[in-house]
Amino acid sequence: MNVQRDLKGLSPRSDAARDSRAAAQDLARRAAAEGQIDVAVATMDSPIGELTVAVTRRGLVTVAFEGEDRDVLFERLARELSPRVMEATAPTDEARRELEQYFGGDRRRFEITVDRSLIGPFAQKVLRATSEIGYGELATYGDIAGRIDRPKAARAVGSALGSNPIPIVIPCHRIVGAGGKLTGYAGGLPRKETLLRLEGSLLEL
Amino acid sequence: MSGAHRSGPGRGTIPPFQTFLEANRAPVYRFLVVAVGPQDADDVFQETFMAALKAYRRLTDGTKLDRWILMIASRKAIDHHRAVSRRAVPSEDLPETATTDRGPFDADDPLWRAVRSLPPRQRVAVVLRHVLDRSYADIAELMTSSEPTARANVHQGTKRLRELMT
Repeated sequence: MNVQRDLKGLSPRSDAARDSRAAAQDLARRAAAEGQIDVAVATMDSPIGELTVAVTRRGLVTVAFEGEDRDVLFERLARELSPRVMEATAPTDEARRELEQYFGGDRRRFEITVDRSLIGPFAQKVLRATSEIGYGELATYGDIAGRIDRPKAARAVGSALGSNPIPIVIPCHRIVGAGGKLTGYAGGLPRKETLLRLEGSLLEL
Repeated sequence: MSGAHRSGPGRGTIPPFQTFLEANRAPVYRFLVVAVGPQDADDVFQETFMAALKAYRRLTDGTKLDRWILMIASRKAIDHHRAVSRRAVPSEDLPETATTDRGPFDADDPLWRAVRSLPPRQRVAVVLRHVLDRSYADIAELMTSSEPTARANVHQGTKRLRELMT
């Protein structure tokens, strides 16, 4: 008898890959139920491509667009928040539901709590001012600079908006160039345009 | 490497738990399927990774996590075997009770029955050696024993399997 060969035969590689995937999904459900996940990550479909949402105990901490590197995102969350980053759907239910309602035209205001841990001090000010721009409204970079009493900082406002970790929910898409020109968007201009059309802000353009 | 200051990403940084889980789930499962059997592999898998998740926040070194999880899995497999032994006498000579046919092999597969009859530490050592190809030094470290003990466990277990299977 060849013990090594026969024992390996008991444990086929392909079955372990498949069965361990199912076991890992059970693990995620259990870990979420026991409150052992610090950052829960899940994906959802949307009219602007697949979105990845991450939720901590404090709230929604990031929304990432399709095309962003998954490993880079997970490593950033692990480094800046907690290494206990895990794919799990239940903790993200509320965030995903509100986003779905928004894309379905049934929600004009997000109620979910946001976790601002990934936002630096200057960007905090910029993004708080941005959150005051309502559904269907637009503001310019200069408007936001004025609102935070830094009237000459339009360029810095632009880069703070570009670093927004919670796009859509913190509506940086509502900020446009002087004269209403659609300028940069971290998710790409077509996405910005889709969001503004959804909100009815682009009719006049 | 230990104690050296590390710079840049990689080395000492703790990977996201999801990444760690994806890298290690298949080998841990492959180990457990033979170490505790197809019926209980799922349960012990959950216990193993839940223990890892609970300890994960306190980790300071991101290297050798593959060993760390196998060490937990080995301990859980041994504990599981002891718990099962307390519940029931080994059923080697008893008629098999009906079992579901999930898992990669049958619960009354003769080789699995032989594996199951090994004492827990021998069983775990044999599986680490023959299924996961671990060195004796690794097995000693994973089972917190000496290398001669690891070697003896593997040899005695393997010898016993040969006897049972011929």
